[in-house]
Amino acid sequence: MNALATRRRHPAAIAVLLLLGLLVTGGAYSFLAPKDANAAASAAAADDVAKGKDLFIANCASCHGVGAQGTKSGPSLVGVGAASVDFQVGTGRMPLAGPNVQAPQNKVKFDDEQIAALAAFVASLGPGPAIPEEKYTTVIEPGTPENNKAIAEGGEIFRVNCAMCHNFAGAGGALTRGKYAPALDGVTPRHMYEAMVSGPQSMPVFNDTNLTPESKQKVISYLKAQENQTNVGGLTLGNLGPVSEGLFAWVFGLGILIGCAVWLGKKAA
Amino acid sequence: MSTINETRPADALRAGDRQADEHASATKPLGGIAGWMDDRLGGAKGVSFLAKKVFPDHWSFMLGEIAMYSMIVCLLTGAFLTFWFVPSATQVVYDGSYVPLQGVTMSDAYRSTLGISFDIRGGLLIRQIHHWAALIFVVAVFVHMARVFFTGAFRKPREINWVFGTILSLLACIEGFAGYSLPDDLLSGTGIRAMNGFIQSAPVIGSYLSYFIFGGAFPGEAIIPRLYSVHVLLIPAILVGLFTAHILLVFLHKHTQFPGPGRTNKNVVGYPLMPVYIAKAGGFFFIVFGVIALISAVVTINPIWAYGPYDPSPITAGSQPDWYMGFADGALRLLPGFLEFETFGFTWSMNIFPGSLILLPLMWTIIGVYPFVEAWVTGDKREHHLLDRPRNAPTRTAIGIAGISMYVVLFLAAGNDLMAIKLHLSINDITQTLRVLFFVAPPVAFWITKRICLSLQRADRQKVLHGRETGTIWRHADGRFEEIHAPLTPEERWVLVQHESLEPLELTAGKDANGVDSPIARKERLRAKFSRFYFRDRVAPATPSELEAAHHEHDDHAAALDGGHEAIEPAAAGQERETVKADKQHG
Amino acid sequence: MNDHETTDHGKSTALVPASSDGHDLLPASLITGVDQFENPGLPPHIHRAADDDPAAAKRAERQVATLFGLSMLATLVFVVSYFAVPDEATFFLPGVGLTKTQNVVLGLSLGFSIFLIGIGAVHWAKTLMSDEEIVEERHEQASTAEQRAKAVAVVSEGVGSTQLPRRPVLKYSLGGALGLFILPLGLQVAGSLGPTNIEELKHTIWDPKDNGGKPIRLMRDPEMTPIRFDEVTSGSVFHVMPETLQKYIDEGKHVLEAKAKAAVILIRLDPDLIKVQKAKDWGVDGVVAYSKICTHVGCAVGLYEQQTHHLLCPCHQSTFDLTEDCAVIFGPAKRALPQLKITVDDAGYLVAPAGFAEPVGPSFWERAR
Repeated sequence: MNALATRRRHPAAIAVLLLLGLLVTGGAYSFLAPKDANAAASAAAADDVAKGKDLFIANCASCHGVGAQGTKSGPSLVGVGAASVDFQVGTGRMPLAGPNVQAPQNKVKFDDEQIAALAAFVASLGPGPAIPEEKYTTVIEPGTPENNKAIAEGGEIFRVNCAMCHNFAGAGGALTRGKYAPALDGVTPRHMYEAMVSGPQSMPVFNDTNLTPESKQKVISYLKAQENQTNVGGLTLGNLGPVSEGLFAWVFGLGILIGCAVWLGKKAA
Repeated sequence: MSTINETRPADALRAGDRQADEHASATKPLGGIAGWMDDRLGGAKGVSFLAKKVFPDHWSFMLGEIAMYSMIVCLLTGAFLTFWFVPSATQVVYDGSYVPLQGVTMSDAYRSTLGISFDIRGGLLIRQIHHWAALIFVVAVFVHMARVFFTGAFRKPREINWVFGTILSLLACIEGFAGYSLPDDLLSGTGIRAMNGFIQSAPVIGSYLSYFIFGGAFPGEAIIPRLYSVHVLLIPAILVGLFTAHILLVFLHKHTQFPGPGRTNKNVVGYPLMPVYIAKAGGFFFIVFGVIALISAVVTINPIWAYGPYDPSPITAGSQPDWYMGFADGALRLLPGFLEFETFGFTWSMNIFPGSLILLPLMWTIIGVYPFVEAWVTGDKREHHLLDRPRNAPTRTAIGIAGISMYVVLFLAAGNDLMAIKLHLSINDITQTLRVLFFVAPPVAFWITKRICLSLQRADRQKVLHGRETGTIWRHADGRFEEIHAPLTPEERWVLVQHESLEPLELTAGKDANGVDSPIARKERLRAKFSRFYFRDRVAPATPSELEAAHHEHDDHAAALDGGHEAIEPAAAGQERETVKADKQHG
Repeated sequence: MNDHETTDHGKSTALVPASSDGHDLLPASLITGVDQFENPGLPPHIHRAADDDPAAAKRAERQVATLFGLSMLATLVFVVSYFAVPDEATFFLPGVGLTKTQNVVLGLSLGFSIFLIGIGAVHWAKTLMSDEEIVEERHEQASTAEQRAKAVAVVSEGVGSTQLPRRPVLKYSLGGALGLFILPLGLQVAGSLGPTNIEELKHTIWDPKDNGGKPIRLMRDPEMTPIRFDEVTSGSVFHVMPETLQKYIDEGKHVLEAKAKAAVILIRLDPDLIKVQKAKDWGVDGVVAYSKICTHVGCAVGLYEQQTHHLLCPCHQSTFDLTEDCAVIFGPAKRALPQLKITVDDAGYLVAPAGFAEPVGPSFWERAR
C-alpha cells in the first residue's frame, strides 16, 4: 500500500508510536490542565466593615452562617482574625468550590479591595491575628554578612518546624488520608506569614511567642533565597529526593544507554 | 515440499567464513617494547588467544557492560572525591560560599561535601557523575541480572558465575547505601537513624550490635569514618575482586548466544575481540561515561546543600533512601505494627526485623539458589550455551515476573507518600492496597505471564505451520476475502522451532521389591511434583511432519474450496515470497 | 557434586520422562533422529554499503574522523572554560532555569569529549571493520577422564608425601591451629568496636538527675529559649529540647547523641478532647508533651495535623492519635509515643519534673526489662 504500512513492522515503529502517544497526551494535558491562579494581592487600604458584611452574606454565609458563628458545613470565624481571611480568600482556597478533604489553592475570586473588606468584617467579630506589618513580610536579601546569617537561621528554624511537612525545599508533602502540605514556591511572603499565624486547615499555629515575627521573617527569607537560588546542579527533578532521581536513572539513564547498545549491536547499512 | 536446508550442516562454514583458530601468518616479527615485554612475560601466547575470542552481538549482552563501565566511572570519580572529602563527624561552623548555611554548625563531612559542591572547581560535576554512575550501576546490575535469568543463562556451567553475580549485586546495594550516608546531610542522617532502628530490632544482640557499629550511642562520631572505610576500601576491594572473577568466568565459558541459524550449543558465532570488540566494547565505555557526564552536567542529584546538616530533631517530608534500598524501606512501610510482641519482658520487633535485617539476605539467597533448584527439578546435567527465549520457558519466566511484581509492590510502597501527593490519593488507602497487592500480585502475575508465554508459543507454532501474515488481502472471484500467508524461510523458521520443550518427569517405580516406599522415592516424588508444576503446560515446537500435514490440509482445503483457505502456495505466492525476501534484504 | 557420576546414576533412578520409553532424562522430542527440524546453518552474508562502495567507505571514514575531531574540540572547550568561566557565573538554561555556567559547560564539554570517542569507535567498528561473523568451537567445560585421573594422582601423591594420612595428629593439630588463628583478629575487632553501655538506651537528658534534681525547663528548638505556659496557644506546636542540652552545646560535645533521644513535641489542644486521664494529668490544661522520636525506627515524628490531632511520621507513615495518648492508629509502629510529664514552675515556665517513664525511640531487645 503506502510507505507507512510497509514500515509498520519496523523495530522502531513501536517506539515512534509510543513517543507520538506521549506527545499527544502530554500536549493535551498541558492545554487542558488548570493554569495556576495568580495569587498576588497587594496590601489593601480601605476597610469597610459594612461592605465586607454584604460580601460575606452573599458569598460565605451559606457555610459559615450569617453571623459567621459557624454551621455544620463550615467553622465559626469569630476570632480567626484578618490574617486568616486574607490567606484563605487571597489564595483562592475560599470560597470552597466543593467538599473535599482539604481546600486546595485556587483561582482568586475577589479583588484586593473586596478581600480587605471581608477581612475587616471578620476581624470586627473578635480579636485574632491581624494582617502582618509590611516590615515582617519584607524579604531579607542575601548579600551582607548579617543578612546571610539571618537567612541561615531561617533555614534552621524551617528545618525544625516546617520541613517535616513541607519538605526540605518547600516542595510539599503528604499527610494522612489524602490531606497534604502544599508546595511553598510562588507563595507570597504575606500569605506565608498569615499561614503561620492562623494555622489554616491541618497546619498548626505558630504564634508570635513560638516563632517571633523576626523568626518568621527569617523563615520566609530563607525560602525566598532558596527559590531564587540558581539551580547549581542543573534540573532539580522537582526537589523530591531520591525517588525522582531513581526514576530518572531508570528511564533516561538506562534508556539512553540501551538505545546506544541497540545501535551498537545493529548491522550497519 | 520439505524446505529444510540440507545442503550444509549447522556447524559448517560458508564461503568466506573463517574458523576461529585459523592464524593469519605473521607478517612482521615482534619487536620493540612488545618484544621486550614478551621476553620477560611470554604474553604473546595469551594475546593471540584473547584477540580471537569471539563475542556474539546482542544489545542485551551490553547490559553487563553498562554495569561494569559505570562501576569503573564510580571508582575513578570516587578516587577524585577522596582528595577533598573529610570523613569526620567533628562539629564545625560552616564558612564556605553557600549563603543559606553560613554560620551553621555541621559535621566536617558535610562541610567538606559542601566544599566539593561549591568551592572546588568542577567538584560538583565529579560528585554528580559519581552519584549518577552509582545509580546507573545498580540499575544496570539488576537489569543484567533479569536478562540472565529470563534467558536461562545461569544454567550449567554458569551457576557459579550466577552466584558471583548475586553477591556482586548485593554488595553494590550495600556500597551504594554506605556512600549515600557519607555526606551526613539531613536525609542521609535520617537514613542512618533508621538503620540504627533496624539494627536494634535484632533479637538478643540488637542493642549490642548498634553500640558496636556506632562505637557508642547513636549517632556518635565513629559511624562516618567507619562507613567511609567500608565504602572506599572494604567493599570496593571485594567488589573488584569478585567482578574480576566474574569476567574471567565469562572468558572461560565463552559467551552464551541467542538461538539462530548456524548457532548451536557447540559453537559461538560473533565477532572477534580484535579488532571489532576492542572497538565496540572499548567504545561503549566511552559512551557510558559520556552519557553519565552529560546527565551530570544538566541534572541535579542529591542536592545535599538543600537538605541541611544532620540533626536528630528536624526531618523532611519524603524521606527516602536511594532507589535500590527502596524495596526494603517499602517493606517497613507495609509491615503492620501489631507484629511486635514481648515475651518475658524481651521485645521481638517483628514489625521491623523481617523487613530490614531478614529481607535482604533472604531475597539474595533465593536468587542465588534458583539455578540449583531448577537444575534439580529438570534433572538436566547438560551444558547450555544457547539461551532460552523467555516464552519457551514459561514457568521460569512466570516465576521471575512474579518475583519482580513482589519487588515492585515493595518498591512502590517506599514512594507511597509521593504517590499520595502527586496523584491526590490517600496515603492510608495506598498502603492498604499495597499490603493486599503484596500477596495478590505475584500469583496473578505468575498466571498471566505463563498464559502469555504459552500463547506466544502457540503463535510461533501457527506461524511455522501456516506462514507469516503478509497484510495483503485477496479477494476471490466468489467474493471471499483472505489474507495471504507467506511461508517462512528455513532461517526464520529455525528460531521458532529450535527449542526443546521439556516434559514433566514421572515416577515409574516408587516401591522396592517388597512393596515398601524407598526414601529415595519420596524425594523423587517431590521432584516429580515440581517437574509437573514446571512443565505440565507445554506447547511443543512444530515438527516437520506437522508442517507436512498442515500443507496437505491446505491442499485439501484448496481443492474443496477451489481457491484455498489459507492459500499457502497459490500460483502467485511464490512471487510473493520472493518480494518479501527482497524487502528483507533491502531493509 | 560430580555431575558425571550423577548422570550415570540418573539412568537407574525412578524418574523418566512421561513420553519416553527407556531413554534417559531427556524428553522424546530431544532425542535426535526424531521428528525435528534441522538447523539450516548460517544465513548468507549481506554486504554493507561500505564493503562494496568505496565512496561509502570513504564517507564512513570521514564521519569517524569528524567524531574524533569534535571530541578533541570538546576537550579544548573544557580546558579553556575551566580557566575562563568564573565560579559565580550563571545563565538561563531553557527547561532548567537559572543555572551554574561552570557545571553545565564543564559537564557538557567533558561529556561530549568522552561520548564522541565512543560513538566514533563504534561507528568505525560497524562500518569499516570486518563484519563477517566468526565461529568459535566450544568444548565441554569438564576435564577429560585422563586429566581428572592425573590431577587426582598428583594431588594424592602430594598429600601422601606430607604423610598427613598416616599421621592424624598432624592433621588435627593443623586444623585446630588454622581454625583458631582467626579468633584473636575477630576478638580484637568485635571487642574494640565500641563501648556497649546499652543501659544508656533507656536514659535521656530529661532525667532531673542531670539537672541537680531540679525540674528541667522546656526550651524551643533550635533557639534554646524557655517556653512560658501562656505562650502555648490552642493549636500551637512547639519543638522542644531540654534545658540540660545547653551544657552539651556549650561544651560542643555529644550534642547530637543527647538530641537524638531528647527531642520532644509540645502541643496544646482542647483538654476535653483528651480521652485518656493519664495523658490529661501529665499535661497542663491541654498542653501535652510527647517524645518526638518514632517508636518504629526513630525518625522524628513531626507532622502534626491541627484538625485531626494526629501525629504522622514522614519515614514510614506511623500515625499517632494525640487524643488517645498518642496510641498508634496506622502504620508499622506498635507502641504509643512516650509522654513527658510537664508542670508549670513559679516563674510561669513549663518544666518536666520527672523525665520519661519509659525508654524513648525504637524497640530493642531489653527495652521492657
